Amino acid sequence: MSDTPIKHGGQSVIECDQLQQLFRALTADGYRVVGPTLRDGAIIYDDITSVEDLPTGWTDEQDGGLYRLTRRKDEALFGYAVGPHSWKKFLHPPVIRLWTASRDGDGFQVNQESDEPPRFAFIGVRSCELHAIAIQDKVFLTEPYVDPIYQARRQNIFIVAINCGHSGGTCFCVSMKTGPKVTFGFDLALTEILEGERHYFVVEAGTEKGEQMLEEVGPAEADSEAQVKAEQVVAQTAAQMGRQLDTTDIKELLYRNYDHSRWDEVARRCLTCANCTMVCPTCFCTTVEDVSDLTGEHAERWRKWDSCFTLDFSYIHGGSVRTSPKSRYRQWMTHKLATWIDQFGTSGCVGCGRCITWCPVGIDITEEARAIRESEKKQE
Amino acid sequence: MSTEEFEAALSESPFFRGMEQRQTHELAMQAAEESFRAGEFIFHEGEDAQKFYIIQAGKVTLEVLVPDRGITVVQTISAGDVLGWSWLFPPHRWHFDSRAVEATRTLSIDADWLRQRIEGDHDFGYEMMKRIARVMVTRLQATRLQVTDVYRT
Amino acid sequence: MIANADPMMPRVFRVRRKIRELRDVYTLLLEPPGNGEFSFAAGQFNMLYVFGVGEVPISMSGDPGQTQTLVHTVRSVGAVTRAISALKSGDALGVRGPFGSHWPLEKAAGRDVVIITGGLGLAPLRPAVHQLLAQRARFGKAALLYGARTPRDILYQRELERWRGRLDFQVEVTVDAAPGSWRGNVGVVTTLVPRASFDPATAIAFVCGPEVMMRFSVLELEKCGVSKERIFISMERNMKCAIGFCGHCQFGSAFLCKDGPILACDRVQTWFGKREI
Repeated sequence: MSDTPIKHGGQSVIECDQLQQLFRALTADGYRVVGPTLRDGAIIYDDITSVEDLPTGWTDEQDGGLYRLTRRKDEALFGYAVGPHSWKKFLHPPVIRLWTASRDGDGFQVNQESDEPPRFAFIGVRSCELHAIAIQDKVFLTEPYVDPIYQARRQNIFIVAINCGHSGGTCFCVSMKTGPKVTFGFDLALTEILEGERHYFVVEAGTEKGEQMLEEVGPAEADSEAQVKAEQVVAQTAAQMGRQLDTTDIKELLYRNYDHSRWDEVARRCLTCANCTMVCPTCFCTTVEDVSDLTGEHAERWRKWDSCFTLDFSYIHGGSVRTSPKSRYRQWMTHKLATWIDQFGTSGCVGCGRCITWCPVGIDITEEARAIRESEKKQE
Repeated sequence: MSTEEFEAALSESPFFRGMEQRQTHELAMQAAEESFRAGEFIFHEGEDAQKFYIIQAGKVTLEVLVPDRGITVVQTISAGDVLGWSWLFPPHRWHFDSRAVEATRTLSIDADWLRQRIEGDHDFGYEMMKRIARVMVTRLQATRLQVTDVYRT
Repeated sequence: MIANADPMMPRVFRVRRKIRELRDVYTLLLEPPGNGEFSFAAGQFNMLYVFGVGEVPISMSGDPGQTQTLVHTVRSVGAVTRAISALKSGDALGVRGPFGSHWPLEKAAGRDVVIITGGLGLAPLRPAVHQLLAQRARFGKAALLYGARTPRDILYQRELERWRGRLDFQVEVTVDAAPGSWRGNVGVVTTLVPRASFDPATAIAFVCGPEVMMRFSVLELEKCGVSKERIFISMERNMKCAIGFCGHCQFGSAFLCKDGPILACDRVQTWFGKREI
């Protein structure tokens, strides 16, 4: 978030055709605008230059191992849930060079990399995603070590958030208390309303910068009717959650059940393909690769996304600690829902449902947690 | 050593601690003191196991001679430990060599007498077997860990 | 500690001397850049980088009171450690660090200290022994119990003998197997615990070595009455960044590069001893 937060004050209204002015204002201010767009049968995040690039009139059908795009009956610009991308692809780049080194006499010299990332403007950030960004802020921006790569991208971004009007089939933000209403971390928050011929957005500014940008668009004041409609949109979304996760004492539940037979059960299905970690907006693991050229004169260190599902992830002298798929699935889920709380003070899961949708065999984290919890109840 | 001195030594030893005074007294009547110089053997593999030993001071090995590998020491026994239980079960033969690494003092008790007492007085027998079992459990656990070869690279 | 502008960038140190400790174990004495200093706390580790080959986490094994030389003992077992073992005097080595937690001798003031270690586990503990002996009066009784595979695998043997010669430090060494010429102890390191002189109700214990060895040593200490919060172990897992970002070194909820590698047993009791954690 770029600027001084302001009290959640007045709400405004902008018409749908005014949204392009926002794009223009952002671009003029030097932002690189990224947001949802349609590609390869999915709604992904990429550079967008105008409202035309948005997946207008599309929606998604999501379930375990299932993602389909279908046409809506209306022309909503944001009438879908989240896709396989998350904003971490911009803030926490999948591949990046850390430094170069070159031989120097009988020694070597390490050269600092110059890193000048663009100033991003994120369009269409969901509440769960704002929570995910806040979670990654805790990982990367807390003392004693701050990741300069994440920090350089994170500061000065402009966030245009969206209050979801469509609940995804695998969403459970209500269970994780991360939505659907956007409550913090945004410069502007929009709620899309379509009624008859009218197509408009109720807008709330969250920062001074957000107010400034909004001024350039020329908003009108929102009457109480519009505000009520905006609240209704959110309430409706909240009532249509596709999944549910009971988070009561979930840390203790999983700490007690490292040897539960359910892990064997899920291991029969898990392919350790690592899809879940790639689509998860909070997964942050990376690996470091040292490479050199053929002459042996130049070396580089690269950082790349990694996944705890790979066999090598836990390799130490001569073998890996987590060789079985069971132990790797258990590591991921226990980290996400339990040890994360001890490490960072919050759950690692924001209930976006991506891991369920993009698992090729439809493994459902909410179902796995439920199975373990319920087996304990049966014993009582 | 006098009988009183043996009694004191036995009741202080970790192995016999907690035994009734009359039982310790009986053992003391049968006890003898045996000393070994550094390098001297206490017993050899295959010999009749006729004594129960407690190490008072010093250190002895349990070792085995492996052809073309030489002597391998599998364990050392030090002050306070008991040495050997092959005397307890037939064929009453030692399974390893035992050699004093340094000057060693032991208390020994005749195995024949012990076996008869254990069979004849079941209270006494129970106390002995309980203690022997505990030593065996501890040694077995330690040996299993040794066999795990944890420092292997 | 020398602040590093970017903790992911190695600084170039030079090899002053290389000592062959055992068949495949070497100690490097390293000179900090610009003949400067390098400070660390006993138990911490560095990431050592061989140009173009890669990086490994290696604990410091020198005297923390001696900041002009950086000491690392390395076993030649993989690509990077083999390359490190092949370095010669004058060669360059990249160093990032110091990282991690330390052996908490400050918790042992006025108490007995018992150190149980085996194999190469003595290397990360040697700095703690230096520190303890340098401030000997601060502590109660001190015992070091060391186990090795065979007499030929005893690390820092001369130093062990020197420490053993002190009147205020109990040093017991044992091996898992020995030839007939060996006049020392044979048996696992836990067999030395009953003979170590310490008060189990108050003593602080430091345990370092292969994970199996640490498990049974911790068990033995607990049997004696040393409670979990007074037993410290040094855990090892895959490490890439050493600054808590890559996620590889997690052991339960602990990031071994930040919360560890030295951890109190009560902190990790949910995970210590469990398979494939």
